[in-house]
Amino acid sequence: MATETLTLGKALNVGLRRALENDPKVVIMGEDVGKLGGVFRITDGLQKDFGDQRVIDTPLAESGIIGTAVGLAIRGYRPVCEIQFDGFVYPAYDQIVSQVAKMHYRSRGKLNIPMVIRIPFGGGIGAVEHHSESPEAYFAHTAGLKVVSCANPQDAYVMIQQAITSDDPIVFLEPKRRYWEKGQVDLEAPLSQAYPLHAARVARAGTDATLLAYGPMVRTCLDAATAAAEDGRELEVVDLRTLSPLDLGVVYESVRRTGRAVVVHEAPGNLGMGAEIAARITEQCFYSLESPVLRVTGFDTPYPASRVEEEYLPDLDRVLDAVDRSFGW
Amino acid sequence: MAKGDPGASTRGRRAAPRTRKASSGDPELVQLLTPAGERIDSVIGPDGIEYRVDFTDEEYRGLYRDLVLVRKLDAEATALQRQGELGIWASLLGQEAAQVGSGRALRTQDMAFPTYREHGVLYCRGIDPIMPLGLFRGVDQGGWDPNEFKFNMYTIVIGAQTLHATGYAMGVAMDGRTGTDDGEAVIAYFGDGATSQGDVNEAFVWAGVFNSPLVFFCQNNQYAISEPLERQTRIPLYRRAAGFGFPGIRVDGNDVLATYAVTRQALDNARHGQGPSLIEAYTYRMGAHTTSDDPTRYRIASEVEAWQAKDPIARMKTFLEREKIADTGFFTEVDEQARREAVDLRERVLAMPNPEPATMFDHVYPNGSPLLDEQRAEFSRYFASFEGSAH
Ligand SMILES: Cc1ncc(C[n+]2csc(CCOP(=O)(O)OP(=O)(O)O)c2C)c(N)n1
Repeated sequence: MATETLTLGKALNVGLRRALENDPKVVIMGEDVGKLGGVFRITDGLQKDFGDQRVIDTPLAESGIIGTAVGLAIRGYRPVCEIQFDGFVYPAYDQIVSQVAKMHYRSRGKLNIPMVIRIPFGGGIGAVEHHSESPEAYFAHTAGLKVVSCANPQDAYVMIQQAITSDDPIVFLEPKRRYWEKGQVDLEAPLSQAYPLHAARVARAGTDATLLAYGPMVRTCLDAATAAAEDGRELEVVDLRTLSPLDLGVVYESVRRTGRAVVVHEAPGNLGMGAEIAARITEQCFYSLESPVLRVTGFDTPYPASRVEEEYLPDLDRVLDAVDRSFGW
Repeated sequence: MAKGDPGASTRGRRAAPRTRKASSGDPELVQLLTPAGERIDSVIGPDGIEYRVDFTDEEYRGLYRDLVLVRKLDAEATALQRQGELGIWASLLGQEAAQVGSGRALRTQDMAFPTYREHGVLYCRGIDPIMPLGLFRGVDQGGWDPNEFKFNMYTIVIGAQTLHATGYAMGVAMDGRTGTDDGEAVIAYFGDGATSQGDVNEAFVWAGVFNSPLVFFCQNNQYAISEPLERQTRIPLYRRAAGFGFPGIRVDGNDVLATYAVTRQALDNARHGQGPSLIEAYTYRMGAHTTSDDPTRYRIASEVEAWQAKDPIARMKTFLEREKIADTGFFTEVDEQARREAVDLRERVLAMPNPEPATMFDHVYPNGSPLLDEQRAEFSRYFASFEGSAH
């Protein structure tokens, strides 16, 4: 097994490199992805090795990036678009929800739009406004799109390749504040077996309650589970990995076993992923539940100035507090 | 000049110093002060308009003072970022003349829509230079009152403000506030990269169709983060205007006099009801895109050096010295003032408190929201439960 210790960002970089090597139709496009290697350096070195026709510095126009990628996809390419920051995807929103998502359906299956839209998302890096948003619910609400998020280097490496080889248009959410976290990556991991793109995973087994999270909050929940274990509570952590479609089998199985569920995400709670997950668990696991499904989320405000983001973002304390409430029911 | 408005000044005009009437070397570039500090009396632009300025000595000195102050405050902010006091800073180094020239050409009644780098224009609008630092420090999202200063909040999403400016300008016209000498004009600032955005092109369409009293002011500093101009356009940007049905002109953006002259003319056209125009201020971003950027990855030192020779402040200083408009005492005094204001800025930034966490619930809606009121109360209870603990 060729295992290496990589940061999540580097794992994405290596995954993208593999994808470029494996399929000459893969093209990477976005603002500053070439010489600069992207503002987070996720595409570092790729233009140097694959040329500026395969790693394309685009004009500063998000609607243009996605719209032209649609055309490239129709022409047989597999565009991998980088949106520089979450808050800058909205100029492309119309193209994504009105065009990308519907082409396959409208053409009655004649057209595939096998594109990946990579978005560094979420807060916690002390950035200015528009650099810390969690837009996942907008996309997960749109039929025709798949929405996934990786939470560790191994998944980053595998999932980006799975997304690129998939025929679906995929919104690929990268937990930007975890870019620098290191982990073991098996570089020969098969792309399709153990964890296909649309599978949730138990990130830590436990018996007393289930924490459900994705992207940046998986780490937070794992930390919370470690802390809870010291107090004698065994929390199971499920990394959803895919937000649309949700892998509900794993979720139901876990919640039926533990009897308690807490959904954790950074995005505002109102009409967020947590609402959907809680509703489905309630419908399917009602008789197994010891207490209502709880949510720990960002507040229903615009993302605040960075000096108060620590208070805005769910942290270990808020997660454990919710677990306490679940037990106190 | 900090308070004056040279365009409106009726004070005694000085006979133009060593004058020559010329089209500048580059026919596409309006210039009134060469990099060597040589004064050009007037220039016939490619649009057939004669561009000139008539400043008093005091006004010349005022412009110089503005340039120096704006550069110094910017340098101080960069230093504050390096010391961890700001999360990030977008420096205007190299673009002082474009900003001061255009900023001083604005009249009190004119409205400006900036992007995130217009600290020099902000200064000219009479706004406390500490204001944008709150945004970059992460304690607020922009602190001044746009209505009071006629200077809108900074806009980080590229190009969005050009549409706001267009709508505002439509309102000015609908209010019948154009067509006279004291009419209102609007200016929208954006970069070369921004010209690729749909919003900016839609703003061009709208402003053209509605003949809005608007000046599009593009600071072409040659880069959008790492991407050079060629990644945004095949033709000089100012020529785009023709395709939208209004005039475009390119000015030496490192020449505060030409920038002033061209902007004043365009604003006056707008206020008199003659519709929009596009100014491309041809300049260079001397520093990094922001403090998070590493420009050595995408540009070479010799290019930066070549632009160093076109420095907007150096040429103004040479001119003032050569024409004996200012003496050593003046330059020392300006430097001293800049130093004092920078120290003052620093002290005030260090004293900027973090916001009370619960203020994040403020101003989401003008009349509140029951959902949010409940959330705030719950948050406050929860937060208070940690008081005194290590949280
Ligand atoms: C819609 C959008 N996309 C991407 C960004 C990220 N970004 C910030 S500044 C910048 C480059 C802007 O270049 P330009 O318009 O030339 O202005 P400059 O910063 O050079 O003054 C980019 C890509 C953004 N702020 N907004």
